[in-house]
Amino acid sequence: MSMQNNLDALYRQVIMDHYKNPRNRGEIMNDALTINMNNPSCGDKIQLHMKVDNGVVSDAKFTGEGCSISLSSASMMTEAVRGKSVEEALELSGIFSDMVQGEDYDDEKYELGDIEALQGVTKFPARIKCATLAWKAMEKGLDPENVD
Amino acid sequence: MLDVRKVREQFPILHQEVNGAPLVYLDNAATSQKPLQVTEALEDYYRRYNSNVHRGVHTLSNVATDAYEGARDKVQSFINAGKREEIVFTRGTTTAINTVAASFGRANVQEGDEIVLTPMEHHSNLIPWQQLAKATGAVLKYIPLQPDGTVSVESARSTISERTKIVTMVHVSNVFGTMNPVKEVAQIAHENGAVMVVDGAQSTPHKKVDVQDLNCDFFAFSAHKMCGPTGIGVLYGKKRLLEDMEPFEFGGEMIDEVGLYDATWKEVPYKFEGGTPIIAGAIGLNAAIDFLNEIGLDDIKTHEQQLAKYAMDELASYDDIEVYGPPADERAGIVTFNIHDVHPHDTATVLDTKGVAIRAGHHCARPLMNWLDVAATARASFYLYNTEEDVDAFVDALVTTKEYFGDVYAE
Repeated sequence: MSMQNNLDALYRQVIMDHYKNPRNRGEIMNDALTINMNNPSCGDKIQLHMKVDNGVVSDAKFTGEGCSISLSSASMMTEAVRGKSVEEALELSGIFSDMVQGEDYDDEKYELGDIEALQGVTKFPARIKCATLAWKAMEKGLDPENVD
Repeated sequence: MLDVRKVREQFPILHQEVNGAPLVYLDNAATSQKPLQVTEALEDYYRRYNSNVHRGVHTLSNVATDAYEGARDKVQSFINAGKREEIVFTRGTTTAINTVAASFGRANVQEGDEIVLTPMEHHSNLIPWQQLAKATGAVLKYIPLQPDGTVSVESARSTISERTKIVTMVHVSNVFGTMNPVKEVAQIAHENGAVMVVDGAQSTPHKKVDVQDLNCDFFAFSAHKMCGPTGIGVLYGKKRLLEDMEPFEFGGEMIDEVGLYDATWKEVPYKFEGGTPIIAGAIGLNAAIDFLNEIGLDDIKTHEQQLAKYAMDELASYDDIEVYGPPADERAGIVTFNIHDVHPHDTATVLDTKGVAIRAGHHCARPLMNWLDVAATARASFYLYNTEEDVDAFVDALVTTKEYFGDVYAE
């Protein structure tokens, strides 16, 4: 594949849509978990806010700044985890991690939808960390030690 | 006049394609490429006379010791230090500054004392002082920047006081390429009884440095940004100050007498060079200095400034590209910028697909990014082997980036 095709695969329209029109951008009032996650090598900063009720992620929002890949990924992630159980959300994160690292991933267990657009980062190793930033924040927040 | 074509022959790495396009390497402020003269010196050492220094009786050890100590002499004349003992080899700028902060700082800075610095410091000349301030109860005071991102002597004067023990400043900013008035500030520091520490990581590759003329007390730099190998740098310190300082690392090579419960130290600079020293690194640095001297630092500086000016003139014709910092004639060959509405990572990714290597991020200068009120920037930095064609390829790639994201947004 040419570099131009790689570039087009990285910056798919759906990714740029999430970047320009992020879903779930903002904070959650009252009793939300907040996880700060930085990418110290490049300066991206994400604050993820989640509400977990009875083992289910009832709400997820994010604030912060970053590149098109990290912010679009955060937007997609917050959409994807809403309504999922903690276990499901963590499992989805594992699938996402497999996908962006170019490994075989399970594309049947969950409806991946927009998320699959981020596959393009596999051709850009330096950008994988951008794609996983918000997901790492989610994993940290849903770590059993942080959830009642 | 610098003969770029001839210079480029010394750098085989530049003659390759990256992602299907000729490599345009514009990340020199992060690290420079290495000429054959340097890689051959390293290879020669390892092939012909690799040996430990200072302790062998055998011939190879003597040859290696001469080469290692010869590098010290070379560095002494390169920065015009008064004495060869004032040149300490370290792992790099970071270790050099940490040595001063930990050794000089802990012994001379007390609660309520002031350490004066600027918001444009690289993290390597910021975090060691933060840690020193925390450990001693000293206060960090920042010289406010001028609106164009420069440091004025007047604002330095009004920040430094009689409570100031250390004044420190980057010689050339790794973000703006600005040259700071360290000589004038050193004088103000001395009038107030403070020492002056200069971070020279971005100045030594590009301009003639004279530490006696600057009259700074400590000066730190790295070889790898000036055509030398990674893993070696230099701490220059005035001899009487180094003599009063405790070693930073302890072990072999730096001792005089050793008993079961106590030990004494060698003379300077050896008490600061614990363990087997960075022999190959010093030999590589020696070769790098020869290389730069043969071309001439004045010509190198002129060449870079011309490239920076050419690049800035080109970028000025685009309303949606913002360049940070002062005009080209007041800076080294560093151009820091952003394309409106395009994150610098995205810019750098598109440029990489065109073979153009730039840096995107905070450049280890978070406080300066805050001052600029940006999360990150893109940075192109030029060196002696870059050409106007490199600048053209860079600008073309930026135009492509603008169009690319313009189209993507429009969809």
